[in-house]
Amino acid sequence: MSLTGLFLVLFLVVHLAGNLQLLLDDGGEAFNVYTKKMTTSPIIKVISYGNYFFILLHAFQGILLYFKNRKARGSEAYAVKVTKAVNTNSFAASNMAWLGLLILVFLGIHMGDFWYQMKWGEVPTVVYHGDTYENLYLKVEASFSNIWIVLFYCLSMLGLAFHLTHGFQSAFQSLGLNHPKYSPFIRGVGKVIGVIIPIGFAIIPLYYFFLK
Amino acid sequence: MKLKLKIWRQKNQASKGTFETYDVVANEHMSFLEMLDVLNEDLISQKKEPVVFEHDCREGICGTCSMVINGHPHGPNGGTTACQLHMRFFKDGDIITVEPFRASAFPVYKDLAVDRSAFDRIIQAGGYISVNTGQAVDANSVPVEQNVAEAAFDAAACIGCGACVAACPNSSAMLFTSAKVAHLSLLPQGQVEENQRVLNMVNQMDAEGFGRCSNVTACEAECPKEISVANIAMLNRKYFKASLASEKKVQ
Repeated sequence: MSLTGLFLVLFLVVHLAGNLQLLLDDGGEAFNVYTKKMTTSPIIKVISYGNYFFILLHAFQGILLYFKNRKARGSEAYAVKVTKAVNTNSFAASNMAWLGLLILVFLGIHMGDFWYQMKWGEVPTVVYHGDTYENLYLKVEASFSNIWIVLFYCLSMLGLAFHLTHGFQSAFQSLGLNHPKYSPFIRGVGKVIGVIIPIGFAIIPLYYFFLK
Repeated sequence: MKLKLKIWRQKNQASKGTFETYDVVANEHMSFLEMLDVLNEDLISQKKEPVVFEHDCREGICGTCSMVINGHPHGPNGGTTACQLHMRFFKDGDIITVEPFRASAFPVYKDLAVDRSAFDRIIQAGGYISVNTGQAVDANSVPVEQNVAEAAFDAAACIGCGACVAACPNSSAMLFTSAKVAHLSLLPQGQVEENQRVLNMVNQMDAEGFGRCSNVTACEAECPKEISVANIAMLNRKYFKASLASEKKVQ
């Protein structure tokens, strides 16, 4: 869980960097050029298949863990349920499976919205400097003018925020990396990326819905 | 002070339990267990079955008392066992819910008493040193750094009560197992069999049906001896090392 999780954090950072080009006021040129590069480069292809594999592996491990732990807990639940935690968010820590499921559902919808369209759907084309590009930017504009899509994206990013805040530092603990000098720093980084990455992603649909 | 107790009553392992409500008059100087003693005296005088709960030293060092009070193993006070929880922390008229530790690996014997022999089997799997010690050696003949000795002692403070398992949403026994591993591995005598110990204890822990650690840290928050989850990270490190280094196959 820890290794796949940390890999996926890396993916999120790269993905966010690419997506932030949607905030440029250039009619989508930078974004469309970027999406073409991402869909045609053979290196990206290899990395993306690795990425799909790790997403599925992370989800599979998580589901397995959920059922194992549910079995260990037994059938009788506590009448009074309290979860205290030290140095982590107890809501996030005890609901990782549900937050993960939300993110998985989001991924399905998100890939249907953009990835599927780019691969098999019909995306209009646009010409920049004599080269033809698929205009995925138009698709983004269309999707993010729908309030339900925008709301669902924002909700999913809130889920991701909790998932990352616990997940990042938890990964280090699982790998045995707990040290009085470095652990506070790792927890801090976890909090920062747990806030910045989801906000970065959520800004895009909000920007399109309210300002475009 | 007058209290209302909602206590889990269960005849035996096979039967289904239920909550029963009792009124009890206690005073603030009593420990939680003494308050239960008062309740049991009442029940006996009424020719009713007393509430079964485990207890031994009643001074917070044996780890025998095991009950979840208002959702907290050993009660809501941090760093306290149920026997050291005094009634002055409750108010007159409080309704207190008392349940047994819940985990598949800790089946309920009766009422609040659970079978924690799974912990004994984890210890039997490797929580000891089999080095012949011979005669007692001179003090300080084996130098141990002060902070290392302190860390070993902090881990050794574990009384094996099972509150970590009870608190964990996954019923994981990682805090207990890691405290035992850390306490032995930090000292020279314990380092000799470290790889074997770590593999055997972790395998036994899994075989007993405890859950996997997902770093919720509820164990540390509820531990009456405030054992740190840093020990769990140490166990993970030692488990990786032992899995790679040991000739024994990892199950």
